[in-house]
Amino acid sequence: MDSKLQKLNKFIDGLDTKEGALITTLHHAQELFGYIPEDVQNHIAHALNVPSSKVYGVVTFYSFFSTKPKGKYKISVCMGTACFVRGAAEVLETFKQELGIDVGGVTEDMQFSLDSIRCMGACGLAPVISVNGKVFGRVKPEDVRSIVQKCKTEGISSGGQGW
Amino acid sequence: MINIKINNIEIAVEEGATVLDAAKQAGIHIPTLCHLDLHNTKMVNQVGSCRVCMVEQEGRRNLMPACSTTAVDGMVIHTHTPRAINARRTIVELFLSNHPKDCLVCERNGHCELQNLAAELGIRDVHYSGRRAKHPKDTSSLALVRSPEKCVLCRRCETMCNKVQTVGVYSTVNRGFDTVISTAFNNPILDTCCTFCGQCVSVCPTGALTQVDNTHEVWDVIQNPEKFVIVQTAPAVRVALGELFDMEPGTSVTGKMVAALKRMGFDMVLDTNFAADLTIVEEAHEFIARLKNGGPFPMLTSCCPAWVKFIEHQFPELLNIPSTCKSPHEMFGAIAKTYLADKLNIPAEKIVVVSVMPCLAKKYEAARPELKSEFNHVDYVISTREMARMVHEAGIQFNLLPDEEFDSIMGESSGAADIFGTTGGVIEAAVRTAAAWLNDGKPPKIDFTELRGLEGIREATITLSGQKLNLAITNGLGNARTIFERIRGGESNYHLIEVMACPGGCVGGGGQPYYLQHDAEVLRKRAAALYITDESKSLRLSHENPQIKQLYSEFLGEPGGKKAHKLLHTKYTKRGV
Repeated sequence: MDSKLQKLNKFIDGLDTKEGALITTLHHAQELFGYIPEDVQNHIAHALNVPSSKVYGVVTFYSFFSTKPKGKYKISVCMGTACFVRGAAEVLETFKQELGIDVGGVTEDMQFSLDSIRCMGACGLAPVISVNGKVFGRVKPEDVRSIVQKCKTEGISSGGQGW
Repeated sequence: MINIKINNIEIAVEEGATVLDAAKQAGIHIPTLCHLDLHNTKMVNQVGSCRVCMVEQEGRRNLMPACSTTAVDGMVIHTHTPRAINARRTIVELFLSNHPKDCLVCERNGHCELQNLAAELGIRDVHYSGRRAKHPKDTSSLALVRSPEKCVLCRRCETMCNKVQTVGVYSTVNRGFDTVISTAFNNPILDTCCTFCGQCVSVCPTGALTQVDNTHEVWDVIQNPEKFVIVQTAPAVRVALGELFDMEPGTSVTGKMVAALKRMGFDMVLDTNFAADLTIVEEAHEFIARLKNGGPFPMLTSCCPAWVKFIEHQFPELLNIPSTCKSPHEMFGAIAKTYLADKLNIPAEKIVVVSVMPCLAKKYEAARPELKSEFNHVDYVISTREMARMVHEAGIQFNLLPDEEFDSIMGESSGAADIFGTTGGVIEAAVRTAAAWLNDGKPPKIDFTELRGLEGIREATITLSGQKLNLAITNGLGNARTIFERIRGGESNYHLIEVMACPGGCVGGGGQPYYLQHDAEVLRKRAAALYITDESKSLRLSHENPQIKQLYSEFLGEPGGKKAHKLLHTKYTKRGV
């Protein structure tokens, strides 16, 4: 059996109770697999004894869960109110054009994925984006290309502030 | 008791009652949309999602939903202040702004709760022209159609499917404006573990969930001079059909139903009840054989196609225990295209069998490959509602029709067949015949009233020729699940169990006339009419039906014999979830 699936089973076996454990389990699966594909959702449904429709409902409700694989560089553009009024939509649009993908998509070479998220609590730096958790503030559309280039040439470590 | 005041009327209600309950008690009508109180299953859809029932409380800034606000001592409520009325209208207009509004050509035209609500609130204009959600129609199944663009997200179908029936097909998918009630991974409903019981259709307030319409095909085949079209009618249809012609629930309209079908142009009008008697002869024979062989127990009745699909998906390891008997309308089809075809001297391929059923799962059942030979045994299935529509289309004044008799043969039936249409009826019919056979042909009694009622799970112990037999009756698939889990856990000592998927049995089937708020009283009246018919007949034992005796002596041979097995029995498929 797939070692990730084994780890997931171990996690489920270690639960005190299966009742109400769906979201915790999904979080674990998201971390393990990077996304939660259909067969994993079915697996969880079976293991927790809930209908797979319910699992799918929860997965599609919370933006943290993803049903598609993510790229090596996960770009999130904040579309919260503060970021939005300071031009986040233009930044997002530029990323879409630069990467040739839509929101929720991933580039063919699996290097980049793009998401829009709600407020990450850095409104003072609006508009804000993050790449693998590293935060870039006061981003202008013309900064987009250099951020993408930075990933391609130097790579980006996760967490902390980008600039 | 809790004392509250609604529209200046003082009223005392039980603790835990909602403002909506209190208003009802005071005779005050508050419009609702998502709310659904399924009295007979003790389940309430109380999601408070539509906000149509907003009322004003003195001393409180915001309006509140009457359906999900618990009454508190001293509350002063006003249900129809300008502010409450305005809020309601705004909400309904917003619903309509995201609705196709094709009422004139909608399946639910005239039977739609959203349409009624718009009329009640006097909506004449929709002031909001926002975006409309786009979702594809799901026409994958032979039983029901999903049109999510007409959905108001009331979640009644979710409550019915997940909580009452415990099938779990539906879930709320996505969020915000993109929210849609859908299946896992938006799969077509055909690829889910849906049992096609149709209870979601029967609780849907709009045209978002409807039956597959087979009336056009039936009209076409009636018109085709090459075809000899036989129609059969299930027992539960005749005690509900009248409701669609403004008659009281529980009015038995057998004679008018037959007359209407003859006027619609069917070549022969016969009775599924005849085949119900046939089912009992085979089923009682199978049960006695199991008693002699020591099992396997419990034996489960197999007339209900929704529960058959349920056990195939949910309890595939138990597929050795259901009776192998086909359901009555399938037995009818098998006999009509062999024995009756010979009698009429008409080739089987010219014969078309149409079933009028209280059920949507029968539409799916008729297409099961294991229930066909070189031809379909049942060609088309229409529901009680579809039949009523065809009567209207044909300009037949149903209420003025004379009572007419079924054609012969395969039109005569016992009272035991009539009660097939209600929970507890199939098992009583089977027990009558088994009791007679185990007692040299003389049943110790006819009426097994201990098997009757509407409760979801009922148990009884009867003694047949000195042998104590434990029986159980369940209606509603959630209740069936409880019983099957007992069987799987080895904690059951039942011998015979009757299962019907719909609350109340076939009288509450997914193809029956819509009844307001799923009022259990309507089911009780429909069932009572069946028991009255049973009592009024002199023939009350399936195996004493002279046409059944003739069928065995001329054609089938012995009950449970080789020919009977080939034509009247079936097998089940493991499906999983």
